[in-house]
Formats: sequence, C-alpha cells, structure tokens
Amino acid sequence: MTPILSLADVSKSYGALKVTDGVSFEVPRGQALGIIGPNGAGKSTLFNLITGNVMADQGRISFLGQDVTRMAAMRRVKMGVGRSFQIPQPFETLTVFENLLTAASFGRDLPEAAVADECARILDQTELMRRANTRAGQLSLLERKRLELARAMATGPELLLLDEIAGGLTEGECKALVATIRAIHASGTTIIWIEHVLHALTSVVERLLVLDFGRVIGIGAPDQIMASREVREIYLGIEV
Amino acid sequence: MARTYRVTTRTRAGQITGLFALALVALGVVLPAFVPRGVILDLFFILTMLTLAQLWNLLAGYGGLVSVGQQAFVGIGAYAMFAAVILWGMNPVPAILVGGGVAVLLAVPSAFFAFRLQGAYFAIGTWVVAEITRLSIAQWKALGGGTGTSLPREATGNIMGVDLVRSLFGVREAAARDILAYWLALALAVVTIGAIYMLLRNRLGLALAAVRDNTEAARSVGVDAGRLKWVVYLLTALGTGLTGALIHLQTARISPDAAFSVTNWTAYVIFIVVIGGIGTIEGPILGVLVFFALQTLLADYGTWYLLALGLIGIAVMLFAPRGLWGLISARTGIHLFPVQRRLLGQDQLKGD
Repeated sequence: MTPILSLADVSKSYGALKVTDGVSFEVPRGQALGIIGPNGAGKSTLFNLITGNVMADQGRISFLGQDVTRMAAMRRVKMGVGRSFQIPQPFETLTVFENLLTAASFGRDLPEAAVADECARILDQTELMRRANTRAGQLSLLERKRLELARAMATGPELLLLDEIAGGLTEGECKALVATIRAIHASGTTIIWIEHVLHALTSVVERLLVLDFGRVIGIGAPDQIMASREVREIYLGIEV
Repeated sequence: MARTYRVTTRTRAGQITGLFALALVALGVVLPAFVPRGVILDLFFILTMLTLAQLWNLLAGYGGLVSVGQQAFVGIGAYAMFAAVILWGMNPVPAILVGGGVAVLLAVPSAFFAFRLQGAYFAIGTWVVAEITRLSIAQWKALGGGTGTSLPREATGNIMGVDLVRSLFGVREAAARDILAYWLALALAVVTIGAIYMLLRNRLGLALAAVRDNTEAARSVGVDAGRLKWVVYLLTALGTGLTGALIHLQTARISPDAAFSVTNWTAYVIFIVVIGGIGTIEGPILGVLVFFALQTLLADYGTWYLLALGLIGIAVMLFAPRGLWGLISARTGIHLFPVQRRLLGQDQLKGD
C-alpha cells in the first residue's frame, strides 16, 4: 500500500546550523505516529517542512503519492494536510465557529453554507459547542488547544499534524483532550503528533520516532523505542 | 441527518439600520429640491471624504495595509479624467470611469513594489509611489504641468445629465453641476459602503479577518493571503480613483499639489477612520461627521485647527484606540452592520 506521507533524505539548514539532517520515514494511511526528542531537536521544523511553511534544502516529500517538496503550504492544506500550532494561534477577533468556518471553507474550497454543518459536528466532537459564538481571544488555554485541534480538523485533513497540543494542560484536561484525539484517530484520520507528555502520546500512537540534532535516531513501536538505551540517554537524560 | 443548527448574521439593529439607510438614501436623492446650494456642497464634501475613509479603512483596518499614499490614486484618477476630457474629448461623467481604471493600472506596478515591504516600510513605500506619480504628472505640459489646468468651458457646459437637473430643479448651470456631482457622490458612497459590507459578509470577509489576526495561521488553513492583499489593494485603488475624479469634476480645476495632497486625501482620511473607529463600517461614518463638525467650527483658526486635529487624534488613539464607535459598541453591544456569523441551535443555546 502507498504510504500517505513519505520523506526521503530531507534536510534543512539555517546558515551553518543543520536543523533537519537526512530525515527519511514513511507513514501508512490510518496510522498515528508520535515524534519525540529534546528541545531544539528539530521537531517543529520537521512539521514545517511537511506542511510547507518551510521549504527543504534537499530530499523529497511525497503526500498521497505526489511530490509536494516545492508545493506552497496553502496548496498542501487543500490536498489534506491539517496542522495545529505549538503556541495556539487563533483568529482572535473571530468567534470559535467563525474560526472553523474559515478553515473549512478555504481548506476544502467550498462555500460557507456547504461546510456549516460539518463545523457544528467538529465543535461537538471537540467539546467547543458551548463556546461557538465566543470570540477566540476570550478562550482559556484548554479551549485554545481544543480550537487548534478543531480548526485543523475543519480543513478536512487526511493527515493531521499536532504540535505539543497537550503541553501546559492539567492532568484532567490532558486526559479529556487525549480522548478526543483518540476518537479522531479511530475515525480513520492519520496523525503525526509531536509531544513531550509521553503518557498522553503513547496512549494514542502506534509508532514513535525519535529525533536528535535533526536526525532520526529511532523509529518503531513505543515499547521498543522507550526501552532503547540510546533513546533513554538522549531523551530522558537517564544514564544507562 | 436533520439539520439542528442554523447560521445567521442578522440582528435587530442591523435590520433597523437597513431600513433607516434606505430612507436616508431616498431623502438624500430628493434633498437638492429643499436645501440651498451651500448644503449640497457640504454634503458633497462629506460623502466624498466618507468614501475615501471607507476605502482606506478597508485597506488598513481590514486588510492590514497601512498606506499613506492613497493620494496617488486620488491624483491619478483626477488627472486621467482631465486627460480623457481635454485630450480625447470625452464627456466628464463617463470620464470618471477612466479615472478609476487608470488608478487600477497605477496600483498594479505600485503594489508589485510596495508588497515587498512590511509595516512602516510599506507605508513609506506607498508615500514614495505617490510622490513619484505627482512629480511625473507635473511634467505633463498638455495638462498644465506644475501649475495645473481647468476643465474647458465647452466640457463643463456640456456635462451629461446637467440639462436634466436644470429642468428638474429650475436652477442655473453651475448649481445643476453641483447637484449632479452630489448625486454621483451619494451613489459612489452607497455603492462603496454596500460593496464593502457585502465583501465582509462573503467568505472573503472571514479571510480578511483571519489574515489580519494571524497571517501564518490563515495560510495554514488554506487562505491565500497574498491574493487577498491584491484584491483589497486594487479595489481600494479603483474606488479612490473614481472619487478623486469626481472631486475634481466638481472643482473643474486641477493641479499636482492639490490632486496629490497627502494632507487632504490621506492625513484627513486617516484622522476620520482613527477617531471614528478603525476596522468597522460604522467608524468612518461617525468619524466623517466629527471631522466635518470640527472643520466647520475651527477652520478659521488656521494652524491652530491642524494642531487641534492632531491633539484630538492622539487623545483618541491613547484613550479609545478602537475609536468613538468602538466605545459606543463596547458599551451597547450594537453593530449597525453586523457581519458576525452566529451558530444557532437547540444544543448551542443550552450552553453559556
């Protein structure tokens, strides 16, 4: 089966600093892949390369079997790449519903009327219905995180990229958000999730990828990865 | 699955505004039959400044493009109209459309240059474009060079529609020209406000707000921020060019300094939008009334008048950054031109 996403020897440098160094991996359709690594390992840059917010210096990125390496971010969204931001970036003067309406209408290239019902469904799914007509600037942190998820969902993604969406939440909030993400994954959406909250991540993903200094140092089942001596030393700071 | 939700932008205040606006426009059309020429001239000034303010508000308040070079489009629109009349023998009324068209033609290369600049640099860049255009036009000897020119007698005496106005109101030719210009200004203001309102209710309105709030996030949901800037910039240039041409049709006289005046066509316009309330349709309407009142009260005080405008502008920016309409709207919750899409339905109404 053709993987939904494929990276082959992708690199990116900022001046002398190589932030992504020959990264290669594939994500089968319907899978949830977790990405972990220390701060500065190049996780968010990797996301930006996949979404097209940053262009690769070399290598090839394929999505749905098509080479998207040079494709603009906006066109990748319309192909089905949805993302959330590490620091929530809502459209603050718009309401929660309007945030979704914008994403759904432009992400899917459909008129507002055609996507309104779908936006309402996503508001229900992400437990934001109560706040539908509230300006996004007035939301709490959890609600902003939920809005990031909901807005990415509204674009109609085949591949959903989540960037530290559980960071900064209380244990209870985190649990509730994970339940929502698990439900989204169960409905067939492919997910790549960068997260430091490991128990949240491993409760959803089927595979883990470890990044360090822009390089992939391990990819595999979560149990196998977390048991790896190298990963424990680099990521968890545990001397083995 | 049955639909349990519906989306609406309607509010009671909006519906009342709609009816009131219709009545006001109808009154505006018949007003020349009841008021002296001086009032018509004042209303012409208010309407043309309102149109310029609404357009600048679309550009800066909604599009985030803070230009201080809109006088370029006023000037080029006016000069194109004069050129169409003097050089090509067109009637002045259809020549106004030439003014709008040429303003768009100027906007294309100037946007190509200015869009490479951000924030304050964009503002300075637009000013530079306006100055270059003024200096270039001042070399055009056929239109009077640096001293300017007037519309020829045969053109002003033969303006399309003036004879109809004369027979309707039984007035002299000069007064009939003013009434015609006033009607055109009324039509232009109504069309501009109507078009902006429609644009904001369209999904482009959502895209504009998204880009203004967060350009990167807007791109990440599929909004083409670059294309949106072009659309707004070109639409604004078209409207500003038409208004510039109309203003100078009424004065029948043009010079580079007056037609490309940064004070008259940009500084005053920014003042109107800022004190009224940027990013709202209501703001420039309120702002132009305040501006006209201040001008009427203080115009005899020369430099003091400009100082007073500056001080009022600073005070509003410091103490009411969303303008006078922002204050009113925050206290009353009223939006005369509602654009917010609200989701209504049983489940939703149980919340909050």
